[in-house]
Amino acid sequence: MGEVGAGGRRGVHSVRPLQRFSGFGLLRHAFRGHRDWRAQWRAPEPRAAYDAVIVGGGGHGLGAAYYLAKEHGMRNIAVLERGWLGGGNTGRNTAIIRSNYLCEESEAIYEHALTLWEGLSRDLNYNVMFSQRGVLMLAHSVHEVGISKRHVFANRLAGIDSEWLTPAEAKAFCPPLRIDGGLRYPVLGAALQRRAGIARHDAVAWGYARAADALGVDIIQNCEVTAIRRDTRGAVTAVETTRGTIRAARIGVSAAGHTSVVMAMAGLRIPIESYPLQALVSEPVKPVFPCVVMSNTIHAYISQSDKGELVIGAGTDAYVSYSQRGALWVTTEALAAITELFPIFRRLRMLRAWGGIVDVTRDRSPILGKTPVKGLYVNCGWGTGGFKATPGAAHLLAWTIAKDEPHPINAPFSLERFRDGRMIDEAAAAGVAH
Amino acid sequence: MLLVPCPWCGPRPEVEFRYGGEAHIVRPADPEAVTDEEWGEFLYARTNPKGAHAERWYHLHGCGRFFNALRDTVSDRFTASYEIGAPRPDGAEKS
Repeated sequence: MGEVGAGGRRGVHSVRPLQRFSGFGLLRHAFRGHRDWRAQWRAPEPRAAYDAVIVGGGGHGLGAAYYLAKEHGMRNIAVLERGWLGGGNTGRNTAIIRSNYLCEESEAIYEHALTLWEGLSRDLNYNVMFSQRGVLMLAHSVHEVGISKRHVFANRLAGIDSEWLTPAEAKAFCPPLRIDGGLRYPVLGAALQRRAGIARHDAVAWGYARAADALGVDIIQNCEVTAIRRDTRGAVTAVETTRGTIRAARIGVSAAGHTSVVMAMAGLRIPIESYPLQALVSEPVKPVFPCVVMSNTIHAYISQSDKGELVIGAGTDAYVSYSQRGALWVTTEALAAITELFPIFRRLRMLRAWGGIVDVTRDRSPILGKTPVKGLYVNCGWGTGGFKATPGAAHLLAWTIAKDEPHPINAPFSLERFRDGRMIDEAAAAGVAH
Repeated sequence: MLLVPCPWCGPRPEVEFRYGGEAHIVRPADPEAVTDEEWGEFLYARTNPKGAHAERWYHLHGCGRFFNALRDTVSDRFTASYEIGAPRPDGAEKS
């Protein structure tokens, strides 16, 4: 009943056909009492050697393995995950997706991702619940109106949909918004990207895992990398893990907040620091909030999930930490901002709060490319906004590993830009909007 | 909320402080003499350790003084605070 991923497998992999999902299939399983669903990916023992190994089983890493297998014909690869799939930042974000950044390099990379998002559910045969409900970015001062319009115009020059709304138009698009004069920070207008939206974050990791597994990729969980082995010329040869030594001539590191830890195993200090970033969700309520709203000035962003929970993002804590929890005052300030903009939410109770460890660069742009160590590739520095980039980062990391050179889209996002001073400054575009 | 151990004021709540990033990063004495790699390293590369971290704090809403502290970045627990210019109390070279 399934369809096998394209041929060209090598080695000793026993690849099962993908159990394809469809409305008809769901109905058939319902009649059988849902007793014959299979595990969606294998739990293989690590083999002694692979052609390539991806460190980090989040959306970025799993996606990179998928695109390596699908587009570059590399089937003998493994994804090593320290904990469980999508248990890091993939499961700890606010699921916002948009591409309205300021610099041309950023517009290209985030729009590459957004274009892939638009076909992702079909590509993976997995519903990632990508919902293009629009992202509204508020402006609260004359100066913010000016810079927001500059963003809108820059986006339009790059062919990215982006428009400027008056306060009345913004309220028409998002009825719960307050636009009266009683606010401490009145809404003077808003930038809107209609193709932007949200997706189901877990589904992204699971969808990529299932599709990669069907192409022969070994997904190995509870497997922490503890060392990187190199030969006399410095090239990588293997990783030591909690589940044994695994040889590979190409290692792609996609470890978000833990990238510094992994890169230190290869003797590299890289220009990122890790901070906790918090988010929280309310009790579920009926559909009340139609889009994503974010405000840089009052530092808050909000949307409503398909479960009905309001998903609210706060800012990063000020200090380096790997603790996956942040200070209470940070979330308290985010809620104060949200309830001033949307008084109807004042009596909602918050159900859960959590922190992710985000890897922040000084120019708030990612690092995606080769490293000074031969065979070692890095995808990091996405900071507070990595979820939106998932398919794009994965696709470009796969390209970079397969060709041993960066794709033109990620070439500007090299490690060398910190030596050469060729920064891609997105502090304004990424400061809050995660 | 962290309780930050100011060497002069004692433990005070985090909101009184500004964080100053990794400590013991020394600006090259002669910037003209260093390579681009070294200058980029000074400006941007950080140890970002999972474990003991030497970092600067500024007691903005207190005594107004800078100091260094050692904090575990996994537990967020402070183990020492010391004056700017003093060596790391744990003897490690890099943070």
